[in-house]
Parts: sequence; C-alpha cells; structure tokens
Amino acid sequence: MNYPDTALVADTQLPALQVVIPLLSAPLCALARNRRAAYAITLLASWSALVIAVLLLLRVHAHGTISYALGGWAPPWGIEYRIDYLNAFVLVLLSSIGAIVAAYAPASVDSEIPRDRQPLFYCAYMLCLTGVLGIAATGDAFNVFVFLEVAALSSYILISLGKSRKALNAAYQYLVMGTIGSTFILIGIGFLYMMTGTLNMVDLAERLAPVRTTRPVLTAFAFFTVGVSIKMALFPLHLWLPNAYTRAPSVVTAFIASTGTKVAVYIMIRFIFTVYGVQFAFASTPVAAALISLSLLGIFFASTAAIFQRNVKRMLAYSSIAQIGYMVLGISFVSVNGLTGGIVHLFNHALMKGALFLAVGCVMLRMKRTKLEEFRGLGYRMPVTMFAFTIAGLSMIGVPMTVGFVSKWYLILAALEKGWWPVAALILLSSLLAVVYIWRVIEVAYFQKPPEDAPPVTEAPLSMLIPLCVLTAATIYFGIFTGATAGIAHRAAEMLMAGGVH
Amino acid sequence: MSSFHPALIFFVGAILVALVRGRLQAFLAVLIPVVGAWNILHLHAGIDWNVTLFSYALHPMHVDRLSLLFGYLFHLAAFIGLIFAYRAGDTVQRVSAILYAGSAIGAVFAGDLITLFIFWELLAITSVFLIWARRTPRAMRAGLRYLVINVVSGVLLLSGAIVHYHDTGSLEFGYIGLGSLASWLIFLAIGIKCAWPGLHNWLTDAYPEATPAGAVFLSAFTTKVAVYALARAFPGTEMLIYIGAAMTAFPIFFAVIENDLRRVLSYSMINQIGFMVCGIGLGTQLALNGAVAHAFNDVLFKGLLFMSMGAVLYRTGRINGSDLGGLYKSMPKTAGLCIVGAASISAFPLFSGFVSKSMVMAALLEEHHVVVWFVLLFASAGVFHHAGIKIPFFAFFSHDAKIRVKEAPRSMLIAMGIGAALCIFIGSYPKALYSLLPYGADYAPYTITHVLSQCQLLFWSALAFTFLKLTGLYPPELRSVNLDIEWFYRTAAPAVVRGAVYAVRAMRGAASAASLALLHGMIDSARVTFGPGGRQSRTWPTGTIALLAAFLLGVYLVLFYF
Repeated sequence: MNYPDTALVADTQLPALQVVIPLLSAPLCALARNRRAAYAITLLASWSALVIAVLLLLRVHAHGTISYALGGWAPPWGIEYRIDYLNAFVLVLLSSIGAIVAAYAPASVDSEIPRDRQPLFYCAYMLCLTGVLGIAATGDAFNVFVFLEVAALSSYILISLGKSRKALNAAYQYLVMGTIGSTFILIGIGFLYMMTGTLNMVDLAERLAPVRTTRPVLTAFAFFTVGVSIKMALFPLHLWLPNAYTRAPSVVTAFIASTGTKVAVYIMIRFIFTVYGVQFAFASTPVAAALISLSLLGIFFASTAAIFQRNVKRMLAYSSIAQIGYMVLGISFVSVNGLTGGIVHLFNHALMKGALFLAVGCVMLRMKRTKLEEFRGLGYRMPVTMFAFTIAGLSMIGVPMTVGFVSKWYLILAALEKGWWPVAALILLSSLLAVVYIWRVIEVAYFQKPPEDAPPVTEAPLSMLIPLCVLTAATIYFGIFTGATAGIAHRAAEMLMAGGVH
Repeated sequence: MSSFHPALIFFVGAILVALVRGRLQAFLAVLIPVVGAWNILHLHAGIDWNVTLFSYALHPMHVDRLSLLFGYLFHLAAFIGLIFAYRAGDTVQRVSAILYAGSAIGAVFAGDLITLFIFWELLAITSVFLIWARRTPRAMRAGLRYLVINVVSGVLLLSGAIVHYHDTGSLEFGYIGLGSLASWLIFLAIGIKCAWPGLHNWLTDAYPEATPAGAVFLSAFTTKVAVYALARAFPGTEMLIYIGAAMTAFPIFFAVIENDLRRVLSYSMINQIGFMVCGIGLGTQLALNGAVAHAFNDVLFKGLLFMSMGAVLYRTGRINGSDLGGLYKSMPKTAGLCIVGAASISAFPLFSGFVSKSMVMAALLEEHHVVVWFVLLFASAGVFHHAGIKIPFFAFFSHDAKIRVKEAPRSMLIAMGIGAALCIFIGSYPKALYSLLPYGADYAPYTITHVLSQCQLLFWSALAFTFLKLTGLYPPELRSVNLDIEWFYRTAAPAVVRGAVYAVRAMRGAASAASLALLHGMIDSARVTFGPGGRQSRTWPTGTIALLAAFLLGVYLVLFYF
C-alpha cells in the first residue's frame, strides 16, 4: 500500500528514543540492586516514554506519517519505524498505562514481592514496556516478532512473581501457549518473506499484490490468525488467560491486562489492513465470518463465566476475554465505524480495565485476598477504592457519559449500518451480562455488612489512590469529550480502510 | 437570553442542599423550586438550544407550550413535596427528590432523544433512593426491582433512539407515530414508565414501599413524564384508546381488595393515567388538552392523597386499612384535607378532577367511542369507590382502632393545604388552568348535563358502597397479600432469572411450573459449566489448549483453501 510520501523527519530521534529509553532502563534497574533506585529509574523512564509518545502523536497530527530509518539504513533494507495515526495513538495508550501503573506500583509491589527481587521486577517491567512499545512503533514484520518475544518473555517472569505457587503453573502455561502463538506468527512472517523477499510492511503490502491468492500466502494468513488469536486470548484460545491474570501480582495484572492483549489486537489490525490489505483479507477469505462468530461466542461465554466466578480478579480476567471479543468484532465489521469502535474500545478498555485491576490491587493490599467475600461492606471501609471500582464498572457496562458507552455506540452503529440487527441486539444483550457481574461486586461492597470479626481496614495509601483516580477520571473524561479518542480512532480507521483499496 | 436550563438549577441546588444540615437544609430545599420557578417564568415557547456532541446535533432545551405546562407543574409539585418533607425528610431523601425533580424537568424540556434518554435514566436512578430511604429489607428489594424495570425502559428508549437515528438521520424528539421498529421500541419504553397493563407492576410494587415523603414525589414525576412523552410522540394512536381504557378499568378490582392504603392509591394512579392515555389516543385538540389538564390535576390531588396517607403513616407507623380507623379524632385537619383530595379525584363538581376528566369524556363522545366511554364511566364510579370513599373511610372513620396520635406536623399541613387550595381553585375557576393548555382550549365544563350526570354517578356509587357495607357484602379489610402480575417475578428467587421467568411466564401463561423448572435447570447447568471448576472456567491442561490451537489452525486452513 502507499502512504502519501511523507517528509522524512530526520532531525528527530523520537521514534527510536520511544523504545530505547525503556530498553536501556531495564538493565539499569537490574544493576541498581536497590528497590528505591530501580523504582526511580522505572518512574523516570516510563514517564519519559509517555512524553515521547505524546510528542510523536502531535508530530503525526501536524506533519503526517513519520518514517524513521533505524541506524540510518534506508527501508526496505534496514528496519523502519513508521508512526501513523494508528500506532501513535496506541503508543500514547501503552505508555500512559505504563506510566500510571509505574506510579502506582511501589506500595503494592512491597506487599506482594520480596524486597531482594524488586529490582528484577522493575527490570522485567521495563522490558515488557519496551516490548509492547516496540511492537507498536516498528514498521518491520520481523521486528514485530522480536519485540513480541521481548514482551512475552518478560511477562512470563512478571506473572511467575505472583505470591502463590500456582503463579508458576500459570506462567508456565502462558509460556507454552505464548510461544506457540509467537511461533505461528513467525511462521506466517516466514512464508511471507519466502514469497516476497521483504520484511518491511509497506514493501510487503506492495509485493504481496501479485501473489495474494497463492497457497503459501493463504497458509501464512491462517498461521498468523491463529497465532495472534492466542496472543490476544480470543475465544476459544483464551484458556491460558484467567489463571495468568488471577495469579500474577496486582500491578502486573493491571499492566498486562491493559497492554498485552491490546498490542496483539494492534498487530492484528496492522497486518490485516496494512500488510494484507482489506481486499485480500476479507474478500478472498471468510476470515470475517469466522472472527465475528468467535468474538460473539467469546463475549457470551466469557461474560457468563465471569458471572459465576468467586474471585473478583478472575471475574475481571473473564470480562477481559469478553472485551477482546468487542474489539475483534469491531475489526471484522470491515467498515470505518466498526474499525473506529474496535480501535477506540482498545483504548477505552485499557482505561477501564486498568482502573478496575488497580482498584482490586488496593483491595489485595489491605485484605490480602480478592475473593468476593472480602468485598463485604468495603464500600464504607475503602470508600475511594470502591467508588473508583463502581465508576469503572459502570463504564464496563456501557453507561452513557463513560468510555464504555462510546465504544458500544460505534459498534452498534456499525452493526446497524450493515443491517445486522441480531448482532446489534447481541451487543446490547451482552451488556446485561456485564450488569450482572459488576453488580454482584457492588452489591456485596455496599449492601452487605462486613463479618463481625473482620479486622479494621483503612483506605489504601495515596500513592495508589491517585493513579487509580486518574485512570477512573479518564474513563469519565473520555466518555464525555470523545474528540481526542474517537476522533483519532476515526481518522486511523479511515486511513486503514483507504489503505486497503490500493 | 439570560435564563438557565431549568434542570441545572435543581442539580446545583441538590449539591448545595447536600452540603448543609438541619433546618437550613430543609429551608434551602424548599427555596430551590422557587428559584426554579422564577427562571422558568422567563422561558417562552420557541427557545431551542443546539449543541453538537459526538457530531450529533442535540437539543438539550426545547421549549413549547406543552413542555412549559409540564415544567410549571413539576416545579409546583417539587415545591409542595419539599414543604411536606420539611419535617419528615432526611438528607438522602431531599437530595434525591431534588435531583429527581430536576431530571423530570430536564426530560420535558429535552428536544432530542439522547437528552431525553439521559434524563429518563436519571429519573430511575435518582428516585430509587426515595424507596431505599425507608431502609427496610422489603423496600430494598422492591427498590431494586423498580430500578431494574425502569432501566430496561431506558435501554429500550436508547435502542429506539439509535434505530430511529439510523432510519431518519435525525435525533429530534417530536411526533413519531407507530410504524417502524424504532417507534415500537420507543412506544414500549414509554409504556413501561407509563405503567400500562402488564407493565404496571413496578409501580404498585415499589411506591407503597417508599418513605412517606418519597411516595409524594414518586407519584408526581415518573408517570407524568411518560404521559408527556406519549403526548408529544404518539398523539392520535388508536391503540392508546384501548390501552387507556384497560388502564382505567383493571386497577379498580385490585384497589377494592387491597389493604395497604398507599397501594390502593397506586392502583388508582394507574386508573387516572388511563384517562390521560385514552385522551392522547383520541388525539383531538379537546382530548389532548383534557389529557394534559388531567395530568396537571392528577399530580395535585394524587399528591394530596399520598401526602395525607404519608402523614398517617408518619404519625401512626401503620398504613393497612385493617389497622387504621377512627383517626379523625386525632388528626381532624389531615382528614379534612384528605377528603378534599378524595373529592377531587372522584371528580365532584367544583373540584379539580371534574374540569379535566370531563374533557376526555366529552372528547370520547365527540369521536363516537361509546363502548370506551362506558368503560371510563364505570372506572369513574370505581374511582369514587376506592379512592373517594375507601381511603378516607378506612383511615379516618370506620371502626375505631383506638390510635391516639398528634395531628400531622405543621409543615405537612401547609403542604396539604396548598394542594387542597389548588384543587378547589382549579375546580372552581378552570379558566386559570385552561389558559395554560397547549392546544387552545375552548371548553365549558359546567353545563347542566355534565354536572347532573356526574352527580348522579357519584351518588349512586355512594349508595352502592353504603348498601354493600351495611349488608356485609363489601370485601372486608384483611391482612392479605393480593397477587398481581408482580407475583411472577417476585417468587423466582435469583435476580438473574427474574426477568426471563417473567417473559416466559407472560408468554406461556399457565404452563408456569414447567418453564420455571426449565429455567432453574438452565441456570444450574450454566453454573455447572461456567462456575468455578466447571468446564468453561477450570484450568485446562496445557497440552489440550495447544491441541485446540492446532485444530483451529486446521479449520482456518480448510476455510481459506476452499
């Protein structure tokens, strides 16, 4: 595909710095051997990454797509970082989650991870951030795989740091499944390389055109679809996710839930729309039908499973699987509104699920467990935490004036545009399931009394509450002022849909 | 134009009220509708605010004569209600009542469906605290049921709005008329809030469980907003005539056997709304004016009756007809004011009910709906029976229950006094109300035929009551639970199933036991499959998951190849 030939922005190194700063801070954390020093490095690096991402977005807004040749090697021979509306938006999302969770981390990490391992935790955290930022920034297919592995390997470590021994099992299962996923993606990329001799995405798109319907390309697409489905936990390949999210330390769950699966969705959008092209992906294969049915099944199966969970963290994990369904649904509508819904939900869900997991982290800090029983009467004992949980929960349901409503609005609009009444009805119906599982927690927290022998509980420390409240406020802010999120997502969607025509 | 959005004054006022305590709070609360009234008097038909949000053109404020009339009415109702709550209210009740009134006012000034939806949902969310503020387990559960059903109505409205926008490209809230899917969704959403037969049970279930002051507010706003929405979107829809007729008739039977006097009032409320719905269904100018005027009067006299029963409940702690009686000795002023309300609702000449109900009745005859006219006539007799006689008779007279309490607090008496004065004023000088009506009224209620036929009706039904009472044929006031449709969903324990059971029951009627068992079975099997340890949520062996991935790869390959 052809992007308009944009001026090379050579006078700035921002795209490289976006990835390099977190990458270099990781070994520094490990070398620091002191948890406070490691934390300071993490905080500094993650907030710098956020600043860079915002600068990049502004630059894209002002000057159009940025192409950056890594090491001065011109694409398509060298590795190209290519920043357009879509990944600039995703970079801002990933780095702001990285920064907010980093700010939230110390108190929670102190209570869940032994002191001597904390520098290593921060090291793995920065590596994971490097990985997801790299995936979003790069314009090179193989480079995607490399960063995918960086993110995945570090997240296995992060998950295995969970308190219970079951964390090891969960991390191991995630490791096996994650590796299968990455391998499948790699096989797909390998086939594409075999057929075209290039790894640069823009170049790939052009050279794929003549060989689109050959079997290796089709096979590559199948491998890629399954691989990325594992990575983003699309039903029925979601089975690794509940354990991983439940067993991981609270901070890790909040971070991975808001970045890990989101970046996999980004890869899917990028490959389908930029590399393969809309025409090929949706006209010559029935992938849209398959993805729509799987995402709808996923939404209902996972939401129903969420209703019956007794552990709130696990309930939210199932809810995450359901939400992935909404994003994939948006993508597979193959329309500007659908894609807008998918992209904006990627952003919005990261905000609200991040807030929910941070709130659960506060509960974990004070109650040491996250079973539903622990939430009894918590609305009065940890008022700020539970208030934030309630607001983010309402957003999860899709109440107007919250971000959840904006996403669902676009998805329903897209379904109606196509005249798919049943799909629109199912989206609305699935919100009712969300009402049930969120309400269970709210009811226990506000309408049940804590047990008589409950020890006194105080509200979580300010260092955790402020990031939590910032994320919660963002779910309201972006629910009302949708210009920034839905506006950018809409531009990105238009660009992607137009890109497919060439 | 320097005026504010009328709802804004209430929302800001609610915050101020929440910040202060005690007498000051009660006083400040009463002040808010006064300030609001000053603002709304500066509004005139034709104001229309445009805002663009999500790239949709919204009209957060659209003023015409219809919305202005309801605007005046809701300010008046909020004023009277807040005076009533001067003694009996607490912070929760005052704040939620003010927000509730603000939402109702916002809804009638909403010029587009999205704004309407937002206020529609706010109505439900803010008002439920008036039920929960009773702080009994019954009230908690009833409030939750009330909330669920009202939120469903909002969801239907939103779905309708989206479909409507998709069909027409406009979100404006004006005449819709039945036909498209969108119109049916909106019709049904309004129907729930309007308490149509079969959709009415949230009202009779929840209102009697509210606090003494809460019921006064509840009776004023939610259903009247629905009547307003019907009058704007579906005037002249023939189906409404029959729905309205059914609404007037069926509550009579329930009201006669009901023991909880505030539930009797709730049933009679559905009956009164029936007259309005009927008028809207007729759609002639006279009928619409009658419907709107009756809504206005109903808020006043039904509010008055709810206030008198609220005062009784406040003083005695009892509300069942079987536990009360003889209260006129201790609460003579309340009894007197209650009788004014009873006379108004029964449409005695010179009381407010007469001047508006007769408009609907006259319009029916003009359009030659004789059968419906007879149904409404029967219902009028029934109203007199259960609301006009039964309420005051069992509360204040009947056998002496030997309750000796103080007269109602002065603030309550003032509130009831204002309501009663307005009832008599409008009844005696109907021009005052007619001049506000939206469709240009030219109607004379006090003709000899009208007055005579109404008096005949009233005296004969009074005679019937007396006769039945003396001969012992009248259903005695018993402590009993009377089953209405709500029984269907209240017996099914799990909250999730309730809605489904209701739907299944309503469809299948008698075959209830089987379907209930089926649903329980479904929930159980869902629990087995999805619950902890179930197939869908247990930890799967890694090998199986990997195999699943390989299988899916195969499926995709086959799909892509062929």
